[in-house]
Amino acid sequence: MTEAAANVQPIASTETAVPKPDTPGRLEISREHGLRLLHEMLRIRRFEEKCAELYSAGKIRGFLHLYIGEEAVAVGAMQALGREDAVVATYREHGHALARGVAVDRLMAEMYGKHQGCSRGRGGSMHVFDAQARFYGGNAIVGGGLPIAVGLALADKMQQRPRVTACFFGDGAVAEGEFHESLNLASLWKLPVLFLCENNLYAMGTRLERAQSQTDLAAKARSYLMPAEPVDGMDVLAVEAATKRAADAVRRGEGPAFLEFRTYRFRAHSMFDAELYRDKSEVEIWKQRDPITTFTSQLKERGMATDGILYALNMSVADEIDVAVQFAEAGTWEPVDDLLKDVYTPAEGRPSGSYGAA
Amino acid sequence: MPSLGADMEAGTLVEWLKHPGDGVTRGDIIAVVDTAKGAIEIEVFEDGTIESVHVKPGEKVPVGTVLALIRGTGPERPGHPPGHPSAAAALRTPPAAPMPNAPAVAPAAPAAPSPAQAAAREQPGRVRVSPLARKLAADLGVDLTHMTGTGAQAAITREDVERAAAALKTPAPQPPAPPPDRSTAMRATIAAAMARSKREIPHYYLSTTIDISVALAWLRKENEKRPITQRLLPAALLIKTVALALRDVPELNGYWIDGGFRKGAGIHIGSAISLRGGGLVAPALHDADTLDLTTLMRQLQDLVARARTGSLRSSELADPTITVTNLGEQGVESTFGIIYPPQVALVGFGKIMERPWIGSGKIEARPLLTATLSADHRASDGHRGGVFLTAIDRLLQTPERL
Amino acid sequence: MGTTTYREAVRTALTEALVKDPRVFLMGEDVGKYGGSYAVSKGLLAEFGPERIRDTPLSESTFVGAGIGAALGGMRPIVEVMTVNFSLLALDQIVNNAATIRHMSGGQFSIPLVIRMATGAGRQLAAQHAHSLEGWYAHIPGIRIVAPATLEDARGMLWTALEDPDPVLIFEHQTLYNMEGPLADEAGAVDIDHAAIRRPGKDLSLITYGGTLGKTLQAAETLASEGIDAEVIDLRTLRPLDMATILDSVKKTHRAVIVDEGWKSGSLSAEIVARLVEHAFYELDAPLARVCSAEVPIPYPKHLEDAALPQPPAIVAAAREVVGRRG
Repeated sequence: MTEAAANVQPIASTETAVPKPDTPGRLEISREHGLRLLHEMLRIRRFEEKCAELYSAGKIRGFLHLYIGEEAVAVGAMQALGREDAVVATYREHGHALARGVAVDRLMAEMYGKHQGCSRGRGGSMHVFDAQARFYGGNAIVGGGLPIAVGLALADKMQQRPRVTACFFGDGAVAEGEFHESLNLASLWKLPVLFLCENNLYAMGTRLERAQSQTDLAAKARSYLMPAEPVDGMDVLAVEAATKRAADAVRRGEGPAFLEFRTYRFRAHSMFDAELYRDKSEVEIWKQRDPITTFTSQLKERGMATDGILYALNMSVADEIDVAVQFAEAGTWEPVDDLLKDVYTPAEGRPSGSYGAA
Repeated sequence: MPSLGADMEAGTLVEWLKHPGDGVTRGDIIAVVDTAKGAIEIEVFEDGTIESVHVKPGEKVPVGTVLALIRGTGPERPGHPPGHPSAAAALRTPPAAPMPNAPAVAPAAPAAPSPAQAAAREQPGRVRVSPLARKLAADLGVDLTHMTGTGAQAAITREDVERAAAALKTPAPQPPAPPPDRSTAMRATIAAAMARSKREIPHYYLSTTIDISVALAWLRKENEKRPITQRLLPAALLIKTVALALRDVPELNGYWIDGGFRKGAGIHIGSAISLRGGGLVAPALHDADTLDLTTLMRQLQDLVARARTGSLRSSELADPTITVTNLGEQGVESTFGIIYPPQVALVGFGKIMERPWIGSGKIEARPLLTATLSADHRASDGHRGGVFLTAIDRLLQTPERL
Repeated sequence: MGTTTYREAVRTALTEALVKDPRVFLMGEDVGKYGGSYAVSKGLLAEFGPERIRDTPLSESTFVGAGIGAALGGMRPIVEVMTVNFSLLALDQIVNNAATIRHMSGGQFSIPLVIRMATGAGRQLAAQHAHSLEGWYAHIPGIRIVAPATLEDARGMLWTALEDPDPVLIFEHQTLYNMEGPLADEAGAVDIDHAAIRRPGKDLSLITYGGTLGKTLQAAETLASEGIDAEVIDLRTLRPLDMATILDSVKKTHRAVIVDEGWKSGSLSAEIVARLVEHAFYELDAPLARVCSAEVPIPYPKHLEDAALPQPPAIVAAAREVVGRRG
């Protein structure tokens, strides 16, 4: 390891060089809730493993950014949100979409570019949208989603709706001007935004300390006078607990909050990445903290899961993914005649013009 | 195919007088070309050897078409491999003759020509037709080849086509069109040039009556000394007078091109000669101001003879810098002519007649001549025109110095 | 019918919108206490309060993006960007989000957002405050671009833009704010779909918009005194272009000159030329011509700024050229 070793550490193990599991049983959860969290994480993991396979088979094209390793963040954070809340995500957003409740079959169809996809095939992997889930994308411009989240929160505040807008972004976005503009404005106007930074240590291939003068990202947020804390992003329960605390405060009208989830992606940045920028050993160290295996162990230790239950869980997820692939395969291509659709709202969607123009 | 006049768009090669391999020197006649104005000898402006000919006898080609390539004798220009005919030596319009290749050239933008205009000058044979006019012409069956455009950049416009179509329609029961002969073609070209002149050139007209008794007396005495073949006609005297007067008023000698006046490189007087079959030509007497009267007279006679047999040289048709018309022979007292574009002036002489004249306070009969000037107001003003006519009068009072 | 200015007409439109629809709010730099950099929103803060007249930090990207988010969240935001030059700091939000979200979401989300900004030169503000970049925006599918050039349009385009379910960018030429003239008391919303014939004519079509409309009308009067009857088209909407009106005019006149304060290269004027060639080639009786800004950043000194911009004599000269009239 290099001089960077200190920063590799997940938050829960600052005292040692090698990350190790957090003490189990910190959060009291029901068996049902525990299994649900595991199920959510497994769905994301299996969905993306299937995507990687389908990508190699040429079924999925374009850019494909996998979330594998970071599942605890999306699954834990979504526990704090209600149906009325909004989510703005990044281009690595399959996990957020699934955890938020976007239908897995429609998501897979979107990966294919089929007409039955959740964005009618127009967006693909990086542009998942779902009005029902109040899921406002899939934004492939780093930092581009933050101002939109600020605006969604502004609309809620102006209409006195006790909602939260959760905005996911990575450590790379922290270097963008829009990060600072958005945190400043949200804090200035006390807007109900939950800024959720997924610090996986790399902006594509650029490690955090090679891009940031201040690597304590929560410190940046605090400078805009909002509560901010680092969280162990490999621990689903820690993520859930921290996000609930923050979301409650935001919902109470205390203004925005910031959480830095320290996490790690196990796969390459995208499908075409030789990973020249990091050692395999570093990846192996982080894999010891795989959020799914560690949480599975916790559940077993607490007697909440047995091998039989885990087998059944895995089987049901595998079936669900298979069905989703069949749905995507059976999907149809949008007719080329419809190419120009949805650039503008069609006439029938427009209000009747009170100006009375022809 | 050289452009021999504002109204020439194409020519038919009659014969090659020189052939590939023949050496040529500047001024040689190498081919004869038939035009609306008759057969014209084509001279070369380069020394060299004919490398190849590109147009066969009988072939009609637009102005600007390469007729032959001449390999120059001078040092090769950089960029031309040895043996490759130099572009400069390609037979084309004499560069010295600034006759515009109308209607292909736009006499429009004064300063820097736009790329489009520059390109147009490089391909003088292309007739500009607006898309609308082209479509309309096809619909109405109008032939655009001999039409002169009035539109932007001298392009043929919808109006031009409509006018032509209306003209086609007027004679209701039209007999099958006879094959166009030379005189009708000439009529058409004169019509186009004169119509264009009247449309574009703001003419002004001046007139003066000149006592020509001194000049005629001198001429009579001079002719007594000469053999019959070398006798001088008043016409020679008048042309020389015009040539010398132009030295005083150079703004009447040259061309109006691209929105500006260009002084003629020399004083080349076009002498209007009517043809037996109808129509007229005005070939040039080159550098008339430098010719003595004997030479001028001889050249004038030669020009008239060749004009009437249709064997004028290309340069003679291409580069008059002013035109002189003398309708005195027809008994006309005075003539106010239409300028031949792109020239900027035309001098007319009427019949010499005995008339009452007041000189030194008493009435006498004197031979009088009416000299007129039609001039382009864009190039000169009436004051300068007056100076010019006065100079003619003055010069004619000292004929021995002509 | 009272007399008003362009500035007052825009302010009246803003007031009307704020009164009519509680979802409408105005957001931008110095729109509140300062009264608007061009004094357009002067007095609105006092009337509507800081909730609806929002002064923002100098964060173009974020307050434009917040406008997108607020529109997604059910509001009808009017975002004022001080000038088009500064809008480049928000280009990402306008081009990557406002213009694409409807499409990327497969039609699930429309963005009913209005962005107003000043554009153009003529006040010796030099190169970073004087450019006409609306043609760039007109390049982008997914947004609508309008340019009010008259008092009626300054008064009437805003409400229609607010009713549009998709993003509308309104470009107000900075030399127009002081333009004074009569405006009907009952003047209200106008369509933002059609170009307008501001002066009918038969000899050629002068096609323009925004800040050059006045200069073009002036040129048309000069041409009229020479016997050239020019039709003047005010595009009003730069995207989508009302090609029907343009083509009808050119089919009548057979000649066109496009006047645009943007530069020629890769421009809106180039687009119009291209479309005329595509759709009206056999109607053209003369080459198309353009009078645009010189290909130079707009200079500070008056004489150079004047020389860089389209001026009536150049419009007259171009018109004479295409009708085949010289000198």
